[in-house]
Amino acid sequence: MFLAHVNSLQASIFSSLAILSLLLAFVMLGSHWLRNYVYAFAAESWLIAGLSAAVGYFGGYPELYAIAFLTAIFRGLVLPYLLMRIIDRLHVKREAHAILQPSSSLVVGALLVMFAFVIANHMNRQAPPAGYVVVLALTIMISMKFLGFLMLSVRNEAVSQILALLVLENGIFLGSQILVPGMPMLIEIVILFDLLIVVACFGMLVRFLLVHAGTTSSRELKRLVG
Amino acid sequence: MVQDLVIILFGAPLAAALLSFGSRHSRTAEYGTVVAASADFVVSILLLVATLRHGSTLWWRAYIQIDALGAWVILCISIVYALSSIYAVGYMRLLDEEERLPLFYGLFSGFAFTMLAACVMNNAGVFWIAIELTTLISTFLVGFEREAESTEAAWKYIVVVSSGISLALLGTVLFYWGGSFVLGPTYAMTWAALHHSASQVYPPLLTVSFLLVLVGYGTKAGLAPMHTWLPDAHSESPAPVSAMLSGALLNASMLGIARFLGVVSGTSTSRLAHTAVVCFGIFSFVIASLFIVRQTGIKRLMAYSSVEHIGVQALGLGFGGVLGIAGALYHMLNHSLNKSLMFFGAGNAMRAYGSKEITDIRDVLRTFPVTGILWLLGAVGIAGAPPFALFLSEFTILRAGIAGPYRWAVVLFVIFLVVVFIGFLSHFRAMYFDETENPPMPQVLPGLVWRALPMWLSFLPVLVLGLWWPHVLWNAFTTISAEIMGGAR
Repeated sequence: MFLAHVNSLQASIFSSLAILSLLLAFVMLGSHWLRNYVYAFAAESWLIAGLSAAVGYFGGYPELYAIAFLTAIFRGLVLPYLLMRIIDRLHVKREAHAILQPSSSLVVGALLVMFAFVIANHMNRQAPPAGYVVVLALTIMISMKFLGFLMLSVRNEAVSQILALLVLENGIFLGSQILVPGMPMLIEIVILFDLLIVVACFGMLVRFLLVHAGTTSSRELKRLVG
Repeated sequence: MVQDLVIILFGAPLAAALLSFGSRHSRTAEYGTVVAASADFVVSILLLVATLRHGSTLWWRAYIQIDALGAWVILCISIVYALSSIYAVGYMRLLDEEERLPLFYGLFSGFAFTMLAACVMNNAGVFWIAIELTTLISTFLVGFEREAESTEAAWKYIVVVSSGISLALLGTVLFYWGGSFVLGPTYAMTWAALHHSASQVYPPLLTVSFLLVLVGYGTKAGLAPMHTWLPDAHSESPAPVSAMLSGALLNASMLGIARFLGVVSGTSTSRLAHTAVVCFGIFSFVIASLFIVRQTGIKRLMAYSSVEHIGVQALGLGFGGVLGIAGALYHMLNHSLNKSLMFFGAGNAMRAYGSKEITDIRDVLRTFPVTGILWLLGAVGIAGAPPFALFLSEFTILRAGIAGPYRWAVVLFVIFLVVVFIGFLSHFRAMYFDETENPPMPQVLPGLVWRALPMWLSFLPVLVLGLWWPHVLWNAFTTISAEIMGGAR
C-alpha cells in the first residue's frame, strides 16, 4: 500500500489532479454545447494520464508510465476524435431539450458529490494523511458515477449519452490509479481497448439510429414501452 | 483430457464464426454453426463429467479455471446455442436477408464464444471484460432486423447495460483494493484470492463492493428494477437470438452474482449479501408477474417471463444452503430449455400470423397442429405446473426458503406464482381457444422441420427432468454448492 508512505507534497499533487478532473465533469454538466463536452472529456483524460504518471513516479510503478501514455493516446486523442466525427455527422450542435437546465443540474451534481463524500467517509479506515487521499479518491470515484448517471438521465442526445458513459468509466479509472496502482497491467490495457470498441460500436449504432429510427434523441425513442 | 475438451469447446464456435465471415455463403454459415453448436453441446457434457470426477483445473497462470459451477453454466449455454442454431436455419431464411445471413451466423457464434469464455474466467477483472464483450456482440444481433423498433431496442440495450455493468467494474476495483490490504499491492484477482482476503476486509467497504457488483451484474441478468432493457431487446431481436439472450446470456450474468456470493461467504457481509439477492429476486418476480398479466405482445410476454425466472434463480441463490443452490442451478437448466421452446413457438406464430400482438394470434392449434401442442405444454410448464421440470426446481427453492430466515419472501413468492400462472395461461387460452368473428389468415411457411425439431428437443428433456431428477445431477449440485458456500478454492 504505497499510500501509507505518501508525504504531503505528493498527497497535494494527487488531490489537485483528482479535483481538477471532477471540476471538468462539472464543466460537462454545465454546458449545452456538445463540442464542449468532448473538449472537457479530452482534458479530463489528460489529467488522468498525468495522475497515472505521477503515481508511477512517486509510488515506484514504472508500468504506470505505459498506462499514462496509452490513456493520453486513447482517451485523450482517439476517443475525442471519434466523438467529434459522430457529432459532425449528426449535425447536432447542442443539447436542445435537456430535462434539467444546466444550472439546476449543477446544483443537483453538487448535492450528489456531498452524498458521495458521506459514503466514501464510511468506507475508509486509514489515518491521515493517507486517509485524506483515500477519501478523496473514493469520493471522486463515486461522485463521477453519480454525475455520469445524472447526465444519462437528464440528457437526450445520443452523443451526450455516450459521453456520460465515458464519465462513468473515467471515475473508476481515476480512482483506481490512486487506490490500486498495482493492479495487473494486463487488465488495465484490456479495459482501455474495450473502451475503444465500445465507442466504435456506439458510433455504428448512432448511424443506425439516424437511418432506421430517424432520430438520435432518446426522448423520441418511445416505440417500445410496457 | 479436460484441456482438449476446452480447446474444442472454444475452437468450435470460433471456427464457425470465422467460417461464416470468411465464406460469405449462407448455407455454409448455417450448417457450420449447427455442427459447431452440436459439438459444443457434446463437449460440455463431457466437460461437466470430467470436472465432477477430477475436480477443477487451472490454466494459463490461473487466468482460466474450469470448475463445476462454470461447467454447469457452460452446459446450459451450449444447450441453448445448439437448439437455437438449429432453429435459426429454419427461421432466418424467412427474414429475406439472404446476403446478410453469414454476418448473422458469425455474430451468433461469436456471441456464444464470449458467453462460454465468461464461464471459465478465474479473474474477476477478465470476467467483467468477457461479460462486456457479450453486450457488444449481442447489440448487433438485437438490431439485426434494422427496423426502427429493433434499432431502438439495441440502443437502449447497450446504454442501459453498459452503464449498469460499469457499476460492477467499480465494485470489482473496490474488491481488489480491499484485498490489497491483505495480499499486498499486486496480486492476481482470482475468485480464490478475493475470497481468501474477504474476511479481513473492512466490512463497510466489502458491503459497498458487493452491492455495486450485484447491481452491475444484476442489470445484465435482468433483475428488476434494472430490467428495463430486457423486454425491448428480447422482443425485437430475431427469435433464435431471443432464446440465446434469455436462456444463455442471463445465466452467464447470474454466474457472476453466484461467484461473488461465494467470495463474500463466511464473512460478516454474507447475511446482508444474501438478503440483498433475495430482495432483488422477489422484486423482479413481483414486477414481472404484474407485467405478464397486462401484456399485449407475444415476445414481450416471454421476455417478462424471463425476468420472473431470473428472479426465481436469484431467490434460490439468496436463500442459499444446498437446497437453494441446487434449486437455482436446476432452475437455470430447466429455464434454458423451456424458454427456448417458448421463444421458438413465439417465433413460429409471429411469422405465420405476421404480427407480434397476442390479439392477432388466434386458433393456433389449427395452424400448428403438432408444434402448437408443444408450445401450449411448454406454456403450462413455464407457468410452473407439474409434471414439468420448472415445477420441481421452483418447489425445491420454496423448500429452501421455508427452511431459512426469509419466510416473508416465500409468502410473496407463492402468492405471485399464482398470479403468474393465471396471467400467463390466460393469454394462451385466448390464443388457442377464443372464438373470433374474423379469424386471421396465417401463412404456411417453409422449413417447418428445422423449426419443429428444436422444439421437440427442448420439450422432451423438460418433461423427463420434471418426472425424474437424476441422482447424478443432485451430486453435481452438492459439489457446486459446497464450492459456493465454502468459497472458490
